[in-house]
Amino acid sequence: MTPVMPSDFDPRNAEPEDFTSPGLPKDVANTSGRLPLGDPEQIPDPANVDVPTDLREEIQTVVDKYPDRDHKGSPKSAAIPVLWVIQRRYGWCTPEGIVQAATVMQVTPAYLESVASFYDLLRTSPQGDHQVLVCTNIACWMRGGDELLDAFCEKTGADREAAGHGGGLSADGKVLVSGFECLGACDLAPMASVNERYFGPLENADASTIVDQLEAGEEVLPEKSLDRRGLAGGVAESSDPRVVDGKGPNR
Amino acid sequence: MSDANGRHSSIEETRVLLRHAEDPKMATLEGYRSYGGYKVLEKALKEIDPEWIVNELEESGLRGRGGAGFSMGKKVSFLPRTEDAKYLCCNADESEPGAFKDRELMQRNPHQLIEGMIISSFAAGIGHAFIFIRGEYDDQADILDRAVDEAYEAGYLGRNILGSGFDLEMVVHRGAGAYICGEETALLDALEGKRGNPRLKPPFPAVQGLYGGPTLINNVETLSNVSHIVANGADWFKSFGTEQSPGTKVVSVSGCVKRPGNYEVELGVSLRDLIYGLAGGPLDGREITAFYPGGSSSPVLTPAEMDLPYSFEAMAEAGSMLGSGSIIVADDSVSIPRMALRTAKFYRHESCGKCTPCREGTNWTEKMLQRVCAGEATPMDLDIISSVQDNIMGHCLCVLGDAMAMPVSSMVHKFRDEFEATIAEEAAKAWASPGRDVQDGEDPGPGGESPELIRRERLAGREVTTGGGS
Repeated sequence: MTPVMPSDFDPRNAEPEDFTSPGLPKDVANTSGRLPLGDPEQIPDPANVDVPTDLREEIQTVVDKYPDRDHKGSPKSAAIPVLWVIQRRYGWCTPEGIVQAATVMQVTPAYLESVASFYDLLRTSPQGDHQVLVCTNIACWMRGGDELLDAFCEKTGADREAAGHGGGLSADGKVLVSGFECLGACDLAPMASVNERYFGPLENADASTIVDQLEAGEEVLPEKSLDRRGLAGGVAESSDPRVVDGKGPNR
Repeated sequence: MSDANGRHSSIEETRVLLRHAEDPKMATLEGYRSYGGYKVLEKALKEIDPEWIVNELEESGLRGRGGAGFSMGKKVSFLPRTEDAKYLCCNADESEPGAFKDRELMQRNPHQLIEGMIISSFAAGIGHAFIFIRGEYDDQADILDRAVDEAYEAGYLGRNILGSGFDLEMVVHRGAGAYICGEETALLDALEGKRGNPRLKPPFPAVQGLYGGPTLINNVETLSNVSHIVANGADWFKSFGTEQSPGTKVVSVSGCVKRPGNYEVELGVSLRDLIYGLAGGPLDGREITAFYPGGSSSPVLTPAEMDLPYSFEAMAEAGSMLGSGSIIVADDSVSIPRMALRTAKFYRHESCGKCTPCREGTNWTEKMLQRVCAGEATPMDLDIISSVQDNIMGHCLCVLGDAMAMPVSSMVHKFRDEFEATIAEEAAKAWASPGRDVQDGEDPGPGGESPELIRRERLAGREVTTGGGS
């Protein structure tokens, strides 16, 4: 005889015994662990979460930039920029910050958490006051990116193994050193991104200078900064007669 | 043309997109306008029929500069001519190892991109445009933000642009560090605020993309070309480059060369002119052994192929691809197996994990290459590496796995001797290293030597006599 579930059976109110079939040995999976223990995580109630007014306004401005603001349900397009806002404010994507963002966006904190954990630049653990990302991808590796990362680890005391796998903090917890995949500046190889600005080409000795400057609150290596550099390659303008400013058959 | 060392000196750049890029004013609206910027847009909105623009783009033969090389005009023409909400996404998630051209284009000349996007949106009847820029390009995202604000203030964006009745909203969306978001459908997911996982195609984004609406996705360099084509016409554009690869291309040359950098050339110039002429060739006393012609996803080429023209069709014929136009040069100081390992490590890290062949294939390829570089592999493992690559290619939703499989299998195929030599060398080093004892649980072999050690010795080319007389 096949056991038939009563039509009013509600798994959420069921007892462990309700999941065992008569005449069959008790299935451990049914009696422990897999029982629905309650409702899935809820969207936070704005009445229960304290969100600073300026943060709420900042998040709302970001959400309003996207066309899905008018969509039914929760507009989610702003998830990444909102997490950037949280990271800028608290230093990293803190659980409290994520709950505050989820309250304003009206999504579950778990949703934002899942997005934050996917992306390398959004940190779900403390990342110190300064971030040094050293490119160790092909072009930088050929020109000594690994040795540069070693030099940063040696100077700051960050664990080399951790730095090669997602990032390690300096001994005082103030500087995050991380080996990173191609940062899109192979012309500067070997290079590093220090607090989101690019510097290169760096020598191993520069690692020590950079860390000292960061700790002293000084400007980092201005002469090696990308925004002070000319065009990569820097060969003069061409003399091709076909390339003329603002002229053409239709202009 | 060339001196005694085979280096060319007379090759010149052909700068269309990078014209006046040295001038810091070019990054501002005022500077851009002083060089004739936004004139084409004004004319286009008032006098030109959108259909004419679509035709002209198609006629020009402009091919996508992001990697796939698909005709931009065709892509625009695929968008349905309906009143539905349509979207334009500029793919500025330049994360391909070796590529840094979009960074330069956005930093030096953001308005050229914005103007191209407005004209493309006008031609295709698009009301919302996005620039998806990778999270690492913080400086460039700020520059774009400022440029978009300037364009709004000048009335080039927003409602009823220049009194034409055409509306366009533009948002600069900063990603957060994931190579996969450069794949067009993963980019759409990231824009919708999700984890960046690629989608099944079809439906293609031109039919069903962002928020389910028809979506045009193009690379920064492709969109930067649009205003020039509309200004000067398709025939002018076709006067550059080759028949199948018209136009100019900003080529990023990096790795072991004297002058790494971005060089804008007509498509079809020889690789030798690019690598030896513009980028200055290898460092003194070094020789080039291999190079990626189109970013780390492209199968490597050897110096024997140095005289090929740099165009989409010639690279495809040579069994590689032009991709995003990024040349990474390796010289004789670079170990090819370690370069393969570095490449595989990148793709293992960046695989989103959705499709099994890519998630597992990149992982195992990295592990096997680690064994090669530690001398723990056998030549048979090289065949297994190749067969793993064959099993990745074409078996996933997107081409991230293929992007590892192509260069790795090309390296194993073209440099097999070097892989075998590395295995033997490293095995010999491990054998010679002091303190190498037979591990716990390792079979000591008939004469007390473990089979592993005997195997390593044989690989290193030495005779092994075992006590058991086997």
